[in-house]
Amino acid sequence: MADASMTVPATGLADGPRGPKPRRAFSRGNIFLYGTLGLVAIYYMIPLWVMVMTSLKGMPEIRMGNIFAPPLEITFEPWVKAWSEACTGVNCDGLSRGFWNSVQILIPSVVLSIAVASVNGYALSNWKFKGSEVFFTILILGAFIPYQVMIYPIVIILREIGIMSSLAGLVLVHTIFGMPILTLLFRNYFASVPEELFKAARVDGAGFWGIYFRIMLPMALPIFVVAMILQVTGIWNDFLFGVIYTKPEIYPMTVQLNNIVNSVQGVKEYNVNMAATLLTGLVPLTIYFVSGKLFVRGIAAGAVKG
Amino acid sequence: MHSVSIRSLDLSFGAVKVLRDLDLDIHDGEFLVLLGSSGCGKSTLLNCIAGLLDVTDGQIFIKDKNVTWLEPSERGIGMVFQSYALYPQMTVEGNLSFGLKNAGMPKPEIAERVARAAKILQIEPLLKRKPGALSGGQRQRVAIGRALVRDVDVFLFDEPLSNLDAKLRADLRVEIKRLHQKLKNTMIYVTHDQVEAMTLADRIAIMKDGAVMQLASPAEIYNRPGNRFVADFIGSPSMNFLEGDLGPNGFATDGQILPTDGYGFETDAPHGPATMGIRPEHVATGHDLSGLPIQAEVTVELVEPMGSDTLVWTQFAGQTFRFRMDGQAEVKDGDNIHIGIDPAKSSFFDKVSELRL
Repeated sequence: MADASMTVPATGLADGPRGPKPRRAFSRGNIFLYGTLGLVAIYYMIPLWVMVMTSLKGMPEIRMGNIFAPPLEITFEPWVKAWSEACTGVNCDGLSRGFWNSVQILIPSVVLSIAVASVNGYALSNWKFKGSEVFFTILILGAFIPYQVMIYPIVIILREIGIMSSLAGLVLVHTIFGMPILTLLFRNYFASVPEELFKAARVDGAGFWGIYFRIMLPMALPIFVVAMILQVTGIWNDFLFGVIYTKPEIYPMTVQLNNIVNSVQGVKEYNVNMAATLLTGLVPLTIYFVSGKLFVRGIAAGAVKG
Repeated sequence: MHSVSIRSLDLSFGAVKVLRDLDLDIHDGEFLVLLGSSGCGKSTLLNCIAGLLDVTDGQIFIKDKNVTWLEPSERGIGMVFQSYALYPQMTVEGNLSFGLKNAGMPKPEIAERVARAAKILQIEPLLKRKPGALSGGQRQRVAIGRALVRDVDVFLFDEPLSNLDAKLRADLRVEIKRLHQKLKNTMIYVTHDQVEAMTLADRIAIMKDGAVMQLASPAEIYNRPGNRFVADFIGSPSMNFLEGDLGPNGFATDGQILPTDGYGFETDAPHGPATMGIRPEHVATGHDLSGLPIQAEVTVELVEPMGSDTLVWTQFAGQTFRFRMDGQAEVKDGDNIHIGIDPAKSSFFDKVSELRL
């Protein structure tokens, strides 16, 4: 009844393609792709190359003019000078003071802003109250208002509560300005946590803080890393708030760097300037290198569920 | 004494009324299944009983105590979710003991309860593992265990088997039934799967648009559906419906009069437009049809063999009609078959109100 060819299985292989499709390593597409990537990479590397090389040269060598050439004689003098001897105004103790100022600003600002924003985001995604959406919208609107508009009002507010020109004032400013974007970040992350998990914890008798600390926090490590990277780089690189809301003794590193590089007296010490700039950029750079992997995982966490 | 009692419960999300004036009494130790298609409000009702949703109006009593304003943890309920909802960063043991720790129970007692629950559910070897290292069936067992350790009066199940494959679902279904036999707790179980409902329930509440359409035992719901919706919803393949008129001589449809001998009407001699419902499995063929009041010859249009039985599509009284035959029966398209119908096993519904006649 049935056709014999259907009941007897075919044996052996027919001619033609078999197994994986072969791919050439040096196809035209590959050469174009890697060529472009290489060129772009070189283009982005050149400024860094110039900076590192210049910072390792002495002034006589710099005056010869070959900014791309590696140093004939490597010297770390400019680095030492930038860190501990460069002058800003009357102080001649280099960037080191600015570094420690920045650290003192950075740590409380990062901890405080992340702590506040994570609780905000958790409350806004899991404990919806009447008007929580409106509240959230207002908070997000804050992210779109240009900083410049608020500079002077904040000066007045800080002066009135007596923390103008102090570390506490700057920490407060950083915490507030970090809130909209961080709250958005945390709210979206916590919204991606299955709602049933939250319900189960409520049935198990955990309260607002119990669920936050015992259930949500341990699950949210990647997003904390993302928030930390955003805040560390943002606050470390901040110049405007640092120069406005503090005073010379507690200027952050960026402000001090500017003062060193832009000083008009004497010879322009390019090697010291380059070294000082590299020193200032070292902290955000380290953060990226150390936690880059976690950063990518955290950014992607909302999109792909594990 | 009622274990759970719901009195004129209303729940609205904005303008949308999800539950309307719902009353439900659940006996002590009863296994009640809330059955309905998605969006009928069955999970919402369960969430209200659990205290995870604030009700708009009405009251909820558990063990004769008004729990309408109580927190979920204070209601004496345990809940099992469809997605298991295990805490991913805790071990199985941590998951089981989380609720007890929150209640401030002393450590030795926690250990004792966890051990007991693990023994009942046979998850002792898994206690030190994280949920990520468990299979779906094991996860759901842990989720049941989390409700079990809390020693609650009422178990709430929110479609607990829907995420499992067919074989595991059948296995765990039996286990849940065994668990109920052993514990004798009140259990409220939400599902859209009528097989789960029929096999597990002491009583089934069939819901539609936020209201209970019928609350009765599985046999009652299957044999004497209270209205057309229930009749259509329960049974697979679903019931055949013939449109016609009830009169003194019988049921008039498509120019013929079908006798209604042996059917127990709810009221005396109803008449007027009506619908007759006949389950495909109640249509007799072969030797079984002798003596049945309704007999007819039909032509087979389509055959769906399913192994254990065969579903035959045909026309009867001018309307599409399905009936079930034995799986071994040899039948093919175009065959003429003699069928018989017993009115006593049929259902009649009012055309307008759709209620059982």
